[in-house]
Amino acid sequence: MPRRSLSWCIEGFTDMARLHEHQGKQILREFKVATPRGMVASTGEEAAQAAEKIAAPVVVKGQVFVTGRAKLGAIQFADSPEEVRQKADQVLNLKLNNFAIEQVLVEEQIQIEQEFYAGIIIDDAAKCPVVIFSSTGGTGIEEIAAAHPDKVAKLRIDIRVGLRDYEARNLVRRTGIHGKLQMQLAGVLVKLWHAARQVEARTAEINPLALLQNGQVVAADCRMTVDDYAVFRHPELGIEIARELSRPASKLDKIAYDVEKNDYRGTFYFIQMEDGFEKGEGYVGFHGAGGGGSMMSMDAVNAQGFKLANFTDTSGNPAASKVYRAARIILSQKNIDAYFGSGSGVASQEQFHSARGLAKAFIEENLSIPAVIRLGGNGEDKAVDILEKCTKGLPATVEGYKKDDSAHFCAQRLRELVDAHEGQTDSGGTFEKPAFAKPYSFETITGTITFDHGACADCDHKVCVESCIPDILKIENDVPILAITREEAKAGKCIECLACEMECVYHGKRGAYIDLPIAGLDDYRAEVD
Amino acid sequence: MAILIDEQTRVVVQGITGREGMARTTLMMDYGTRVVAGVTPGKGNQQVLGVPVFDTVKEVVEEIPGVNTSVVFVPAPLVKNAALEAIDSGIKLLVLVPDRVPIYDVLEIAAAAQLNDARFVGPNTLGLLTVGKGVLGMIGGRAETARQWFKKGHVGVTSRSGGITSSIAYYLSRNGIGLSSIVHVGGDAIVGMPHPDVVTQFQQDEETTAVVMFGEIGGTQEERVADLIEQGKFTKPLIAFVGGKAAKSGTRFSHAGAIVEGNRGTHESKVRRLRQVGAHIVENFDDIPAITAEVLKNVH
Repeated sequence: MPRRSLSWCIEGFTDMARLHEHQGKQILREFKVATPRGMVASTGEEAAQAAEKIAAPVVVKGQVFVTGRAKLGAIQFADSPEEVRQKADQVLNLKLNNFAIEQVLVEEQIQIEQEFYAGIIIDDAAKCPVVIFSSTGGTGIEEIAAAHPDKVAKLRIDIRVGLRDYEARNLVRRTGIHGKLQMQLAGVLVKLWHAARQVEARTAEINPLALLQNGQVVAADCRMTVDDYAVFRHPELGIEIARELSRPASKLDKIAYDVEKNDYRGTFYFIQMEDGFEKGEGYVGFHGAGGGGSMMSMDAVNAQGFKLANFTDTSGNPAASKVYRAARIILSQKNIDAYFGSGSGVASQEQFHSARGLAKAFIEENLSIPAVIRLGGNGEDKAVDILEKCTKGLPATVEGYKKDDSAHFCAQRLRELVDAHEGQTDSGGTFEKPAFAKPYSFETITGTITFDHGACADCDHKVCVESCIPDILKIENDVPILAITREEAKAGKCIECLACEMECVYHGKRGAYIDLPIAGLDDYRAEVD
Repeated sequence: MAILIDEQTRVVVQGITGREGMARTTLMMDYGTRVVAGVTPGKGNQQVLGVPVFDTVKEVVEEIPGVNTSVVFVPAPLVKNAALEAIDSGIKLLVLVPDRVPIYDVLEIAAAAQLNDARFVGPNTLGLLTVGKGVLGMIGGRAETARQWFKKGHVGVTSRSGGITSSIAYYLSRNGIGLSSIVHVGGDAIVGMPHPDVVTQFQQDEETTAVVMFGEIGGTQEERVADLIEQGKFTKPLIAFVGGKAAKSGTRFSHAGAIVEGNRGTHESKVRRLRQVGAHIVENFDDIPAITAEVLKNVH
C-alpha cells in the first residue's frame, strides 16, 4: 500500500496540483476577497471583447505556471481594445518553461498605493497550517523575508478552530500596521484561510495583496496548489491530472493517469521526461518500485551513461494487471533503447505479481530491446523464474535479478546487453491476440479473461487452475471454468494476478488470454508510428 | 527494550476484514505481535484469523484490557475517522499504513493526537519492526522472510522510504550488523513521527547503540535531527544517507515554502547540517554497511 512521495525525483514534480491565477482568484471571490475586475480569454479577439466590457485600461496576464511573468513578457498593459487584441495575441504566442500560454486574464488596471504579501502554507515540523503576512509584498518576497524578519509575521493555525479574526489582527499589528488598514488586511487573511481550508490547499498566496489609491484592498495575484490526495473531493476544481509537472501533461501522461485514477490497488506513477529522441541515443524506459529505491536505481542507470525517457513507479503491492499496463505504456515510447526495472531491492510485497505483469507486456510487445529487471524481495526466486521462462522466445534478452544484486550491478548488466544488442534489428513478428475456437469468458475488475475450451480440452496440465491465487477456478468436463459467480469475479474476487495466462503460456496450450485494455493507448500508438 | 513495540504491546487492527488488513494481520501474528482484536464497522461478532472482530474501537478497549496500539488498514478517505476513533478511545500509538491520505486529514489527526498524548507513525508507512519481538504494519511482508532478513543486534534504522527501510536493514544484517528496531516514518510531507521523534526514541533505548537514517530532500526532518545532535539531545552515532542529490532544484511555484523552510530542505543543506554536527554521511548507498561497521568499532 505505501508509496513514497516523489517530489524530489523530477523537477517541479510534487504532490500538489496547481491552479491558475484566474482559478485562484475565482475561489478568493467566492470567499469575498476583492480582486480586480477581469475575464479570461483564449484568443486576441476574446481579449478585446473582454476589454470592451471592462471599459477601462487593462492588463493582459498570461495564465502560466511560472514566476516572474512580467520580466518574461507574459504581462502586458493596454489601453484600447485594439491594443489588447495585439498584446493578447503576443502573450498567447509565448512559450515559457515548456508551457504554451493558452489563456490570458484580462483585468482592469489598478492604482496601487502599497503592496503586501499574504500566504497560507502547511508547516511540516509544526504539523499545522501557518499564515504568513508581510508588510512588504511583490517580487523578491523570499529575500525580503530573509533580510527583514521584522516585516514578516507568521502564526500557526489550530486546525480545529481555524484562524480567528483577532489572531489575524494581532499578526498584522506585529508588522507595525494599525487602524482601519489593519482590520482590512486581517479580514483578507481570515478569508484566505477559509479558502485554503475549503479547497485543501497545500499553499495559497496573494502576492501582491494591494492597497489601492481608493482605499480598497484587493488580491492582485493569486497562487494556489491543491493537495493531490484531496483532489478526489474537489471535482469543482476541474483538475485534469493531479500532478504538478514542469510542463503540460503529455498524451502518455494522461493515458497513464487514467489507469491510476481508476485503480486503487497499489500505486502507478508515470511521467514522460523526454520525447522526440532517436534510436541509439541511449534512452531507457525506466520502471521503478518505491520512491527511495527508484531514486537509487535512476542514479545507477544514469551512471552507465543512459538517459531516462520516463520515470515510472509501481509500488505498494500493485495488481499484476497494473504493472502490465505500466510496462505497456513505458514501451509505447518510441525509440527507447532498453528497459530497466528496479526498486529498493528488498521489497516486502510478493514480487511474482510484478514479474507476471512485466512478462505479459513484454510478450505482447514482442520485446526487441534488452530488459534488466531487479525483482529482489519476497518471492524473488519465483519472480525471476517466471520472468525469464516466459520471455525466453522474445527477440531481445530479458534478465531478472534478486536482492543480493545491487542496482549498480544491474545497470552495468543493462549496459553490457545494450552494447551487445547494438545494430541488431527487430527480428520481426508481432503479437496477435489468440483466436479462440471455443471461447469461455468472464469479466474482472478491469479486463476480460478468456479460456479457449477448444485448446483447454487437450491440455494435460491445467496449470491455470492450480496457479490461480484466489482459487476461483475449477475443472468441469475437462476444461477450466469459474468456481464462483461472474459477478463475484468482476467485483474483485479475481485479483488479476495473471497467473492463469502466464502459466498457460509456459506449460499449457496457450488457451488463456486476459484482455486488459488501456484507454487511448492504441490511438496514441497509431499516431506516433 | 527496543522502541515503540515491546512485551506490553496489545494491538487492535482497524480494517481487519479487508484484503490488506487480513494479509498483514497474518504477518504480524506470525512474527509474534500480540494482535488481540480487530475492528470493522458493521462486522462485529465474528472472528478473523482467530481474532475477535468488533464494531468500534471503544468496544475493544472496554472488552479487552491492555489494548494500547492500533494498526490502520482502511481506505485512505476513511483514515481520518479511524484514527480519530482510536485516539478518542484512548489508544496511544497508531500506525497508519495507507497512502494518499489528504493532508488536512493528517493535520486533524495530528491535532487530536497532541491533545490526547497519543503518537502516530505514518501515514503512507510500511510500519515498524523490533527484531524478534513484533511488527506493526507490513515490513518484511511475511514473518518467515522478516526473520531471515532482519537479525538481532544494536543498530536502529529510521527511513523515509519503505523499500529502503527493509533494504538497509537486510544489507546490514547480511554484513553481520544486527538491528534493534527499524522504522519507516512514512512517505508523506506530514508524518506523525518524523526522524527527530524516532531518533529521540532510539536515544532512550538501551539496546540501540547507533542509528542509520535514510533521509530525502524536502521538508526539514533531517535538519531537525542535526539540531537535536547540536543540542546534545541525541548523542549516539548517526550514519546518514540523504537521497535526492540528483534531483534538479527547479523554481518554486510557492514563495511561502521558501519563507517557512528558509534555506532548509535541499540535499546540500541537509548534508551540510548533518556533517556540521558530526554525523557520518554516506555518499554511496552500497557503502552503508561498511561505514556502519567502521563506526561501531569505536562505540564499545
